[in-house]
Amino acid sequence: MPVYTVRRILVAVPTLLLISLILFLLLDLAPGDPTAQLPLTIPPDVKERIRQSLGLGEPIHVRYLLWLQQFFVNEPLHLLSGLTGLDLAGDRARVISWQTRSPVVDIVVERLPQTLWVVGLSYVIGILIAVPVGIVSACRQYSWFDQLGTFASMVGFSVPTFFSGVLLIVVFSVELGWFPSIYDTTHKVTDWNGFLVQVRQMAMPVTVLALYNAAQISRFMRASMLDNLKLDYVRTAWAKGLPERTVVLAHVLRNSAGPAVTVIALGVPGVFAGAIITEQVFKVNGLGQLLIVSIQASDIPTVQTLTFIFAVLIVLFNLIADLLYGVLDPRIRYD
Amino acid sequence: MKQPCLTIAMAGALLVSGAATAERGRDGHLGVIYWQAPSILNPYLSGGTKDIEAASMVLEPLARFDEAGNLVPWLAASTPTVANGGVSADLKTVTWTLREGLLWSDGSPVTAADVVFTAEYCLDPAGGCSQLAKFDDVTAVEATDDLTVEVTFGIPKPYPYGPFVGATSPILQKAQFADCVGAKAPECTEANFKPVGTGPFRVTEFRPNDVISLEANPRYRDPAKPAFATVTFKGGGDAAAAARAVLETGEFDYAWNLQLAPDVLEDMQAAGKGAVVSSFGTLVERLVVNLTDPSPDLGDARSTRAHPHPFLSDPAVRKALSMAIDRNLLVEIGYGRAGRPTCNVVPAPAIYASDANEDCLARDIDGAKRLLDEAGWRPGPDGIRQKDGIRLSILYQTSANAVRQDFQALVKQWWSEIGVETELRNIDASVFFGGDPGSPDTYQKFFADIQMYANNFEGADPEPYLGGWRCGNEPRPASQWQGENVPRYCDEDYDRLLGRMAKTGDLGERAALARAMNDMLVRDHALIPLVHRGRVSAHARSLGGVLLNTWDSEIWNIADWRRIR
Repeated sequence: MPVYTVRRILVAVPTLLLISLILFLLLDLAPGDPTAQLPLTIPPDVKERIRQSLGLGEPIHVRYLLWLQQFFVNEPLHLLSGLTGLDLAGDRARVISWQTRSPVVDIVVERLPQTLWVVGLSYVIGILIAVPVGIVSACRQYSWFDQLGTFASMVGFSVPTFFSGVLLIVVFSVELGWFPSIYDTTHKVTDWNGFLVQVRQMAMPVTVLALYNAAQISRFMRASMLDNLKLDYVRTAWAKGLPERTVVLAHVLRNSAGPAVTVIALGVPGVFAGAIITEQVFKVNGLGQLLIVSIQASDIPTVQTLTFIFAVLIVLFNLIADLLYGVLDPRIRYD
Repeated sequence: MKQPCLTIAMAGALLVSGAATAERGRDGHLGVIYWQAPSILNPYLSGGTKDIEAASMVLEPLARFDEAGNLVPWLAASTPTVANGGVSADLKTVTWTLREGLLWSDGSPVTAADVVFTAEYCLDPAGGCSQLAKFDDVTAVEATDDLTVEVTFGIPKPYPYGPFVGATSPILQKAQFADCVGAKAPECTEANFKPVGTGPFRVTEFRPNDVISLEANPRYRDPAKPAFATVTFKGGGDAAAAARAVLETGEFDYAWNLQLAPDVLEDMQAAGKGAVVSSFGTLVERLVVNLTDPSPDLGDARSTRAHPHPFLSDPAVRKALSMAIDRNLLVEIGYGRAGRPTCNVVPAPAIYASDANEDCLARDIDGAKRLLDEAGWRPGPDGIRQKDGIRLSILYQTSANAVRQDFQALVKQWWSEIGVETELRNIDASVFFGGDPGSPDTYQKFFADIQMYANNFEGADPEPYLGGWRCGNEPRPASQWQGENVPRYCDEDYDRLLGRMAKTGDLGERAALARAMNDMLVRDHALIPLVHRGRVSAHARSLGGVLLNTWDSEIWNIADWRRIR
């Protein structure tokens, strides 16, 4: 396995470089202009100077190599300097956002907490709901519980979050006044009351996303369980007179976990990518909102950096999913 | 000018709150929501309205415009004019004098050196300053003493209130930005996010594209202001959510720029928590007519003055197109109380607004048909009018936007009634308004017959705006497709009036010239004005002192805002 892991990581390096090149070319070829959002009262020649000051006058390969250097050399050096307190980076240029004129990585770090709290928690809650629901639905196939679970996941899957989110806001913020409709990212939990405020402002976005995640994962869990329940070894287990608990949890669940774990692991990068729509609806202003605002403003350094970080996470969690597969299923050997 | 207002406000506060004294920060917390989140608090590095208005709580200019569009001194002791000797007789030099005793929020005094530095900062060629146009023709900015600044222009400036006037051109602190000039400007993140200012508030935390936390500036020049101790300036979401947060849930006190369907806003206001306010500036949604031929066969000469348009060069056709439009219905459908029909490209301030073109307000389909008949455009076998083998078939483009697409559909219908065929096209705003000379879809290249967008002018003087339509200022390959004369209009008489305006200092005469130029543009139908668009915002019923201002920052008088109990 270690040899396999190292080989996969080595393969990932050219893959990621290729991805970064494709991202850069796509963003560069796509129409759009960082000064397009400025009012028309700013004359075109001033806009042209702004574009020059953003470095848009340089040819594309220079800009790409510059970004590579900034992202792979300068940013890690700045990070190291920050961690060790030594001045390793000097005044090396960082990846600077065109909108805020500040380092992109700092903004990403600033936004990670709210995205991880809201999107991450909803993912955890989603899994906690989905796994038991999937197991019970499979064992009691076509029972009322299964039908209800199927119905709920169809609704969760097909109702878009911009609808369910606004619906929750209208009911629980406007009509009942229980929860705030706007997330306060500056809120700091320092005491019990502060914690309650945090719970209240997270309640609606987490619910919306958790339902959506649970819907997806519970279907995978159920399908995977059903595949196994029909197999001979399960019949043998029943025939031996094992109690249902042992058959389902010890035999079937262990063998069904592979596909479900893969799906869950591959979904983790999505947590970091944030939830563009839900974040926008509840004004959580995490990474998803950052991405969409940057796209709208043609803020290429930010979009490039964010999408590349997502690409790294996707490659990484693909590897993790493969390795987990080997751990869960002893028949799979990579070396 | 400021003193009586202050006394009245203080008296009002005393009356309302009984025995309470008018002390700074007495009203606690204020919540403001802008659905476009501010990215930076340095107006010279961002031209975006959201950033400029957010910065206006902290940074202030020498003079600004009040809610009626009048110039009022702000950090300056008075507005310089020829009459009070502040503007030289040759109209080339302006002398500004700062108020005495002004302090930055860090306690250091505001001096003329800060003003001079602000000009240097923006004029640095490597800085990419967004407000460079405010400093047009400036040749020197010098401090004559600690409080006096002399701005010299290379040409006579009858309207010299560009530099340091309005929210787009505030004064920066030299001490903070001294190392941030030119190419270094973007590296000063700390200064750009937390500028030291003279305004009623100072930044405690800035989260780009998310939220700004502010507190009352302890060194603000008026000890009784601001009434609020802290401000949360939240950004993000959409206009509907911002309106909801003020009008329905009451989570915020003020929401900016609520361009929503008229009935949606009415419904929200019915909840009783807040009030919708609107105000009109100079923004006009208009059709721009391409007077040159956009045919792709022309290659490099496409949409240039080398080839006049095959049928839009006929004034009768342009006039008929305008006559067929029902502007009242457009307002009703698209803007409600945030719009009114207009026939002018300069709709305000009042002295500049012409009243000579009101006949366009009534739709006249029959008149339009008659006009086309008389000009020789006869309906062909398919109902589309033609003459000498040229069909009246129009490509009509605009940016992607729900209201604009509604307008396109309506106008297409009306034009079909007079025998004009219309093909519609919409382009993503970031491309349409983007300046990429490689893209064929920008509003400046204008590879279409008619296009629609809104434009306005900054401040209260229309001269630079009207100057945009002079001969030679049209976008063309030689100018890298830059220039404001998008219809490719060219009239020697118009240019002569512009020349006269540039030499005229008297306000009444300037206004007469501006009206005459406006009338030339709209009677020639190079531009077909549709809707005079206003700004709509909302505030909580408990928030007092809001004076919606479309001439300057919308929250220009936030120092006077207070809680009504």
